[in-house]
Amino acid sequence: MTVFGVVGVVIQLVIVVALAPLLTGMMRQIRAAMEGRAGAGIGQPWRDLRKLMRKQPIHPRGTSVVFRVAPLVLIATCLVVAAAAPFVTTASLLDPIADLFAVVALLTLGTVALALAGIDTGTAFGGMGASRETTIVALVEPTLLVAIFALSVPVGSTNLGAIVTAGLEHPASVFSPVSLLAAVALVVVIIAETGRLPVDNPSTHLELTMVHEAMVLEYAGPDLAIIELASSMRLVVFLGLLANLFVPWGIATSGQPVLIAVGVAVFVAKVALLGGALAVGEVFMAKLRLFRVPELLAGSFVLGLLAVAASFVLA
Amino acid sequence: MNVALGGLLTALVTGGLSALAGLLFPTPRRATVVGIGTAATGVAAVAAGVAAMAGQPAVVALPQLLPLAGLLFTLDPLGGVFVAVTGAVAVAVGIYGIGYARHGLRGRSFQAVLPLFVLSMVLVPAAASVGTLLLCWELMALTSLLLVLAEHRRRPQVASAGRWYAVMTHLGLVVILIGLLVFAANAADGSFAALRAAGPTVSPLVAGLVFVLTGIGFGSKAGIIPLHAWLPRAHPEAPSNVSALMSAAMVNLGAYGIVRIGFDLLGGGPGWWWLLLLGLGAASAIYGILLAAISTDLKRLLGYSTTENMGLVLVGVGASGLFAASGESTLAGLAMAAALLHVITHAAFKTLLFQSAGSVLAATGRRDLDDLGGLRTGMPFTTAAFGLGALAASALPPGAAFVSEWLLLQALIHGLPASGLSAAIVMPLAVAAVALTAGLAVVTFVKAFGIGFLAKPRSPEAAAARESPASMLTGMGLAGAACVGLALLPTVILPGIGAVAAGVVGSGNPVVVDAVTIRLADVAGSLSPLLLALALTVALVAALAAARAVATRRATAIDARLWDCGGGPLSARMEYTATSFAEPLQRVFDDVLSAEQDVDVTHVEESRYLVQTIDYRRRVPDRIERRLYQPVLAALAGWGRVGRRLAPGSVHRYLGYGFYSLCAMLILLVVTR
Repeated sequence: MTVFGVVGVVIQLVIVVALAPLLTGMMRQIRAAMEGRAGAGIGQPWRDLRKLMRKQPIHPRGTSVVFRVAPLVLIATCLVVAAAAPFVTTASLLDPIADLFAVVALLTLGTVALALAGIDTGTAFGGMGASRETTIVALVEPTLLVAIFALSVPVGSTNLGAIVTAGLEHPASVFSPVSLLAAVALVVVIIAETGRLPVDNPSTHLELTMVHEAMVLEYAGPDLAIIELASSMRLVVFLGLLANLFVPWGIATSGQPVLIAVGVAVFVAKVALLGGALAVGEVFMAKLRLFRVPELLAGSFVLGLLAVAASFVLA
Repeated sequence: MNVALGGLLTALVTGGLSALAGLLFPTPRRATVVGIGTAATGVAAVAAGVAAMAGQPAVVALPQLLPLAGLLFTLDPLGGVFVAVTGAVAVAVGIYGIGYARHGLRGRSFQAVLPLFVLSMVLVPAAASVGTLLLCWELMALTSLLLVLAEHRRRPQVASAGRWYAVMTHLGLVVILIGLLVFAANAADGSFAALRAAGPTVSPLVAGLVFVLTGIGFGSKAGIIPLHAWLPRAHPEAPSNVSALMSAAMVNLGAYGIVRIGFDLLGGGPGWWWLLLLGLGAASAIYGILLAAISTDLKRLLGYSTTENMGLVLVGVGASGLFAASGESTLAGLAMAAALLHVITHAAFKTLLFQSAGSVLAATGRRDLDDLGGLRTGMPFTTAAFGLGALAASALPPGAAFVSEWLLLQALIHGLPASGLSAAIVMPLAVAAVALTAGLAVVTFVKAFGIGFLAKPRSPEAAAARESPASMLTGMGLAGAACVGLALLPTVILPGIGAVAAGVVGSGNPVVVDAVTIRLADVAGSLSPLLLALALTVALVAALAAARAVATRRATAIDARLWDCGGGPLSARMEYTATSFAEPLQRVFDDVLSAEQDVDVTHVEESRYLVQTIDYRRRVPDRIERRLYQPVLAALAGWGRVGRRLAPGSVHRYLGYGFYSLCAMLILLVVTR
């Protein structure tokens, strides 16, 4: 069991880290193809990372240790979640921290670290990005926790492993209105949390619309590489959670190598599918005005609340 | 004599002696002696509280001391929690106060009253009769009022804050007094034992009246809306060590009173009591943190955050009562344990935050976040302390409040399948309220820490700030250690807290812990804060090592100019301020806050197309205050003006009033007899 747990953790870490830039590359490639451009290829984010890692570290004048540590905190939170959450196997070595509340709070911690780094630069851009990002985080939180609530009611636990295992054992529960409503609410939340369209445009550098990019504007070289990697890992982690919470099939429940191999393949396929869908959706969407975002989040909150109500009525 | 009784008596004696020392010692050594004495009182109180939590009884009966009723103190496990919290806060604040007193607080009255305030807060949870409770409560109100007014010569606002506090705390006392008298009239005598025996037998109407009346009084002390108006006034204007004591120890006693009356003496009650409490708690939490997110005054922000945290505590207490009323005793115990743990964590981080704010105030003389910034260079220890407190307060792992809020959320989500339809509506909304509170707390504390301590200094005072003296740093270090301990090893105290909570609601212990993991009894749920922190540390180190290994050029980092859009070096005026940071949030919640903005544009004389200056003013009034208090105050003032016409100063007229009222009284007597 312990060996299985260790192997599971290592495989999940490797898969998430290796997959993350490829997912970003794939999404950019899909976008390029649909816009009639050639695109840079799926491997471009990895090549960018290699290029950035080779550069000399540069620290903006007047920044403190907060600025230097923030990228590490950000990637550490993603690594912990990648290791603890059930992506490839259900038996996690870190089961006591694979709680949905804990995972969500950990990912928020990464955002907070980056926001503080943005403020620490003392530029208007950094403060602006931090202000907008934390506002969105604050408004996302109720939807997120109510959706978690809806998911945990049929299982009676917020433990990720328990939710996923329950989904495997009772496949019918996956097709209930509760799951559907909670899934839609969570999709909106994930779009907001990972800074995708229509909440934030990951490829913009226009000051009026920047959120995430404004916070990280002062980073360069290896620090920027870590942030880029962590940002794509965040996307993989969120999409992986979405996939396994609602469609848990294929995840390895024991340590057999075949099952693990199947688990890896299915996980990659699920995340690629979700990422592809997200990329296609983004092509047809424009960024919302910042002050329209709360309306979107309020809508998803209502869906989450409906999910909880449905779970009570159907229970 | 057992430890609980010994501790309580030692606290009494040391507290009294410290107050005497405050009166008698000469100025140079006064603050040191009083500080050490206060800390010693705190240590004794912690010992007494912990021993009482472990089940040692401590009874002190002084029947001759007070006419009619006498004084009666009994320390039970529930009281023990609050005595221990108060004691722990007093230890940190006592030592901190030695250094902080340099800033004009060495006066005889201040130093003599400070230990008395601590002592009265220790005695309130130990009081075991109506008379004793009210006496200690009033002593606490008066001493804290004197301490709030300590700096009234320096700032005129202090007097206004003191007036608000004096009026509200005494109205609270009056309401509690009426409630408890109604209760005692239905019991054999005023002792808590008699009330406890009578509690289940009093009519529901009387019980409801007692609960609502005492709830109003205790709730106003806890800073629950709409009775919070004194809190954001008194906390910023009090000296910072007093703010820490009030915010971390005194407001808890409001929650204590509600638990004591509602659960212990009245023996639980119908669901609507607790639904009311839960609703008020949730509303206070959201409203408090929203105003904290908007405010720019550092200490006012912390004061509003106290309203928020007490709101969360009452959400836990209310949920606990709701579960108990529907027969879910384990869940009731879990919610109560979450509430009690949140009281403890809040005390730890609020002590730390107010101490750091005091350190900043002492070094710069500024409380306005828009004037601060860049303190990390001049005050590294204070910055680290505030950062630690902010992490603990924003309910993020690995912070202290994360554990208590996790417990609270677990209690709420497991309550849905357990109870009836009312829970099905209330629990999701309560979860959403707690979640929104947690999210807004993130904004608040990112703002307070980021704008206040990082970036460039926004005023010359902030740029010249120097670190505080060692005694203040020691006090902050103690509070910080408590925060770290509560964040990483809550498993040490949780069994004790769980046992107390179980005793209050009459269930089995709702939490089961092993060395590092918290598990919930009867329902699924586990969390290991230590493992989480450890995993985070390992991941951090691994990421650092990997980045070092992969980076091909090992060259040392070079400094570079910030991106300034080619416009020359950035000045501090171009930074984001606390006001601008909170602006998006203020717009989102405009319907709730209804901020008043004022933009004045002055044009250049030659052409009205060129702008010379822009004057921007923003005020976010407390809406509840405006809607609720101002009409009442205006009516009172109007009433006073009418009344003044009756008193023109003529003695004949006053004699006439006396004559006529005497006649009226006699006629009334004749008619009625």
